[in-house]
Amino acid sequence: MSALAAISPRRRRVDRAARGTVFALTLVALVPLVLVVYYLLLKGLGAISVDFFTQDPTGNFLGNPGGIKSALLGTLELVALASAMAIPVGIGVAVWLVEYGRTGRLASIVRFFIDVLTGVPSIVFGLFIYITLVLTGFLDGSFAGWKGSAALALLMLPVVARAGEVVLNLVPDGLRESALALGAPRWRVITRVVLPTALPGLVTGSLLAVARAMGETAPLIFTAQATLATSFDLNRRMNSLPIQIFSDIQNPKAEIVQRAWGSALTLVALILIITLVARFVAARRSTLTA
Amino acid sequence: MEAGTLPRGGRSSLERSPRARLPDRLMRYGLLGLALAVLALLVVFFFILVSDSQDVFAKQGVVGFLFDNDWNPSRDQFGALPLVVGTVITSALALVIGVPIAIATALFITELAPARGRTVLTTLVELLAAVPSVVYGLWGVFVLIPNLKPATQWFADTFSFLPFVGGTVAGPNYFIAGLILAIMILPIVSAISREVISTVPPDHKEAALALGATRWEMIRMAVLPYSRAGITGGAMLGLGRAIGETIAVTLVIGNATTIGKQIFDQGYSLAAVIANEFGEASSDPLHRSALLAAGLVLFILTLVVNGIARGFVVRSERKQKVTSLAVTEAEA
Repeated sequence: MSALAAISPRRRRVDRAARGTVFALTLVALVPLVLVVYYLLLKGLGAISVDFFTQDPTGNFLGNPGGIKSALLGTLELVALASAMAIPVGIGVAVWLVEYGRTGRLASIVRFFIDVLTGVPSIVFGLFIYITLVLTGFLDGSFAGWKGSAALALLMLPVVARAGEVVLNLVPDGLRESALALGAPRWRVITRVVLPTALPGLVTGSLLAVARAMGETAPLIFTAQATLATSFDLNRRMNSLPIQIFSDIQNPKAEIVQRAWGSALTLVALILIITLVARFVAARRSTLTA
Repeated sequence: MEAGTLPRGGRSSLERSPRARLPDRLMRYGLLGLALAVLALLVVFFFILVSDSQDVFAKQGVVGFLFDNDWNPSRDQFGALPLVVGTVITSALALVIGVPIAIATALFITELAPARGRTVLTTLVELLAAVPSVVYGLWGVFVLIPNLKPATQWFADTFSFLPFVGGTVAGPNYFIAGLILAIMILPIVSAISREVISTVPPDHKEAALALGATRWEMIRMAVLPYSRAGITGGAMLGLGRAIGETIAVTLVIGNATTIGKQIFDQGYSLAAVIANEFGEASSDPLHRSALLAAGLVLFILTLVVNGIARGFVVRSERKQKVTSLAVTEAEA
């Protein structure tokens, strides 16, 4: 110790203060998480019962407000269709970027546009679909569930493509070269070697996109709109959890606001489950290809 | 492929027949078509959005639309200044509140936290991103607004000498909207900062420590200068998010078409007006085109902000060649 100059008390104090501040701010960042979860459980659990999930909202201001059956099923339908549209296209674009486009100019343009899409506010996606599919009365009728799905798909697409690209890049070139050296054509290398190797990562990226789409409200206002009854016809208006919550919040009646909390708890639980599954798959992937 | 050249029917015996090569072509050009379709879609959307919002620009002019302080659909007046100002104020508040906290969490997780706590903290911060906008809105309306009112009123009274502070605190206001936006952008800013900070070469940090720097001095002299560009990029991406955020803001900003005099006044934002007035506008073409114009402004604004942000992030990534799944995931 004697040979080294001791750190002056002032520097020591500054160091301690700065580290303390950083720690304190980190704790502050966790406060909203704790509070949101606390209030969701506090106010949401009381709303949840069997009827809550098995009844459609009645739309009555007085009397029984009903449950969220149509909203819950609607969300699942909308997101399922959106995934069916966005995931294959997103992964296709990612495969093109990694296997064919690589570092070419066209690829960097595509990459740029995908990045641009990632940053576009969700409400703008809703407007896109509104002006192209709803205003024009495309495929008879104005608002329709599948148009809502299309808006959600636009939102998911860049997330799937971006995550897909990262994961496909992790597939070792050695695997591709071995397959090519054995005489496999390019398309078989992609479908039999590259995609299966990257599968866990692709699943993770897709699930995260699903989780993001599930909570979106803004794009659905202009596209799927809302209705009270459960519907399995994607060419009609369709209810969804976020829209149900959004309209319930603005209602002055306590029971209806309580339904909003219950729906919010349901929605967050759904999203959390999907996110956790995504993380679980991701954790398994890292032992495979890291 | 040219190795064994015994010509049989004009091609090498090792070459595939044209029919066998067909699936390869299909795959290659099919995928290319997909990628180009995504580009085309975006361009088409942009032009339709521009053409559909022409009505209001024809009536008021672009400058009139953006800078007239008079939004009154019942009189066909669409001066969006109150909305633009609301968007600017709330996004600025979100940055001021959110970015320092996000950087602090990133620093704590990468530099100060014990190894065991890192994953837990990372997951917790990222969980903030899993909560949907409408749920933040719900929480803002029924928890934040009533509970923060006394505290903000006290703040407004005590610090009334500051600019834009003082007077009566409205229930829903710019500040609450900014606060919720800060919470919503925290995960992405934190994730990108964390990613960038973790690319600081250990040599730099060890050199600082070896010269006798304390931990904080090491952070200040080695870590922060190296990662400044990346952190700026992360903050800009957060700004892009804040500008476009709709539902949570709609619920807590008060939706008043006047410009508030202080940060605890009610206001409006570009995104909120679209969500709110959309229903009544569907039968009035001029009103509708005004809302589409607001969407167009949002679109262009986020494009510019995100373009600049990408520039920063790419610049810092080039320093140390990393592609990060974490960043992509955080953006999800």
